[in-house]
Amino acid sequence: MINQIGAYSLYICLFASVYLIFKSYISLKNFDKKFYQTFFATLSVQLFMTILSFFTLVFAFVFSDFSNITVFNNSHTLKPLFYKISGTWGNHEGSLLLWLLVLTFFLFIFFVTSKKMNVRYRILTILFQEIIILGFLLFILFTSNPFLNILPIPDEGLGLNPILQDPALAIHPPLLYVGYVGTSIIFSASLAALITKTVDNVWASHIKNWILISWIFLSVGILLGSIWAYYELGWGGFWFWDPVENVSLMPWFCLTALLHSIIVLKNRNVFHSWTVILSITTFSLSMSGTFLVRSGILNSIHTFANDPSRGVFILTFLLFLVLLAVFIFFFNQKNFPDTYQRSFLVSRETSILINNWFMMFFLSVVLVGTAYPIFLEVINDAKISVGPPFYHKLIVPFLIPFLFFMALGPNIKWIKDKIIKLNISQIIFLILSFVISFFIVFNTNTNYLFSTLLFTFSFYLFFNVINSFQKKNSNLSQKVSHLGFSIFMLSILFNGILSKENSANMKVGDEINFLNKKLIFENVKVESDSNFKKLVGEFKLNDNGKIIHFKPEIRVYSHPETITSEADISSTLFSDNFLVFSLIKNDGFFNVRYQHKPLMIWIWISVLLMSLGGVFSFFKLNEK
Amino acid sequence: MKNNKIFYFIVILIVAIFIVLLLGLKEEKNYSLQPETKKLNNSILLKELYSGKNIFLNDLLLENEINLINIWASWCSPCKAEHPYLINLNERFGINLIGINYKDNLDNSKKFLSDLGNPYDEVLVDSDGTKSIELGAIGVPETYLINNENKIIKKFVGPLDQDDYEDIISLIKK
Repeated sequence: MINQIGAYSLYICLFASVYLIFKSYISLKNFDKKFYQTFFATLSVQLFMTILSFFTLVFAFVFSDFSNITVFNNSHTLKPLFYKISGTWGNHEGSLLLWLLVLTFFLFIFFVTSKKMNVRYRILTILFQEIIILGFLLFILFTSNPFLNILPIPDEGLGLNPILQDPALAIHPPLLYVGYVGTSIIFSASLAALITKTVDNVWASHIKNWILISWIFLSVGILLGSIWAYYELGWGGFWFWDPVENVSLMPWFCLTALLHSIIVLKNRNVFHSWTVILSITTFSLSMSGTFLVRSGILNSIHTFANDPSRGVFILTFLLFLVLLAVFIFFFNQKNFPDTYQRSFLVSRETSILINNWFMMFFLSVVLVGTAYPIFLEVINDAKISVGPPFYHKLIVPFLIPFLFFMALGPNIKWIKDKIIKLNISQIIFLILSFVISFFIVFNTNTNYLFSTLLFTFSFYLFFNVINSFQKKNSNLSQKVSHLGFSIFMLSILFNGILSKENSANMKVGDEINFLNKKLIFENVKVESDSNFKKLVGEFKLNDNGKIIHFKPEIRVYSHPETITSEADISSTLFSDNFLVFSLIKNDGFFNVRYQHKPLMIWIWISVLLMSLGGVFSFFKLNEK
Repeated sequence: MKNNKIFYFIVILIVAIFIVLLLGLKEEKNYSLQPETKKLNNSILLKELYSGKNIFLNDLLLENEINLINIWASWCSPCKAEHPYLINLNERFGINLIGINYKDNLDNSKKFLSDLGNPYDEVLVDSDGTKSIELGAIGVPETYLINNENKIIKKFVGPLDQDDYEDIISLIKK
């Protein structure tokens, strides 16, 4: 019964979508004054039907309705309620339904908030957006239907991979999807604006909100994924340059570039075609991300169920959208307004352009690292692996000039300014940064060539941003975001050079000494939770008189049967102490791994600060 | 005119990318976990980590025994997670374990082994990664179980976990 409600509402959605494509095409030629009511009504029906089918699936998960094959494959009666709900989008079919929900919801919001804009522009945006929605609907209904029946109805489900049962991971996909899907509105709107000759500063301030929304959600989404990897995988790292991580980073680079260039379009009415190219690219990258993750073409630690026919569908649909965008772009190039504005070399425009170049460079590095192995394998049948050293070698040196321009850029005026205003305070900051950095690197015996310079320019950016908080002319959101970035760089650098670790085999009662610390393995207990059994270790660490207690766990899940190690992490503002233990021998020995990671929490805080800058900008806190 | 050329170029480029990705999907399996039917290539020559001597990988494999090859790097966090399993496989079960150090800085890899313990009977250095790729690796860490006929009978991609560990032990005991 539930399956039928879900499936039929999707079919109604499909009809609404076809109708809207047809209707918007007609309305472009014969403009009808009643268009608003018709569109509003159809969009509402579509949104309502998507919500209905989504909540039908949530309902099936909550009440463990195993007549539904998606629920059967991914849930279990013993799972806690929270993970039953998050299980809805923790699988391929459900996640696509969530994607569709965000698509229709965003289009509805776009429609009701764009009343001031040109009517043809609005209709065209709906047309393009409905094409995307139609594509996803067909994809869901014909290759990944979440509402398939299973007969006879099983008594029990197969369960959800325990590693995915984590609060950060439960909300990570929805946030990431809001970010991804937001880029679809940017895509449709930029094509519509191009056709209607309205790529100008008015459009820029209208679309900037959508860019901000996507950017904020994408940033926080990536952050949560990273936090999950840090806490759950128990490897002690937060970014592994895994292909699945990279595909979320690529649209982020592009979106960050777009976020900066849209400001130039808004204030100076230049960079029209570049902004449109970035809008198209951002969405194409988001779609490619879905393709790469969902098709199973990548070799990755994140294994998702894969099915080549799904890959072919997404790929074909992606090709269609990209070619559509390229055709529209090239055949409407004359529509770009001819508003040549003179700009000088030393100007805010140039500094933003430099930001864009760097973003494109970082994007290319990640793109090559992610896609090149696939290409090489197909063309040459050779297997290669691109790992962290590749990304570090190519990205790290370029961060130095990037940080330098980021420190100076926001102080430069629009149109024309004097050759970089190296006043006394700037020079003092630079010298001060260098001295501090040299002192730090010298004292930690790191021999990395770039360490001192990276530290210097990160501090330089930090001091410059702090200093700019005194000035009134620059805007708050930019300052907060840039402050976030400088703290982000500094905490990663400190974390990199000051992290310490130790690993040993211990049994209850053992005591080991290392790095002026004493670790005691006090006890181990067996406990039961609703859907797993666990061994809880009790450890005491004496760090120069400061006592920290750790209770890491080894969990044995029954559905499906899996053993996971849960690290116990004690976080303070200054450092994280990370302890994980794993079962190794049957004679009471455990392997115990301890890590000391300075300023770890600041990596998360700094990304939140960057996003907060976006939030400030969204709520127009700059223009008071 | 100039724009037309760019347009055709971009369209052709996009279609070419599409075809490559489509072929990528059609490939039977991008990465095969199946055991190899061929014997290990006997020409894999690598430097030993500490002595710097050139050694053939095949010469390190013990006859009539099960051998384990582990591909690792000091920059690889998952390698740290699987390290305890390797130590125990080597110390407790006496399995012949050969480490291949993948695209790494030698000082860092020595530090890694002195901090976390050295489970390997021998460590070979694959500084540019080509030999590991020849073995069939696509990343680190990977672990291969080699039988007495010098064939790979099982591949473990990614860090070894409790299940893999028990898997290996049961295979040794057979």
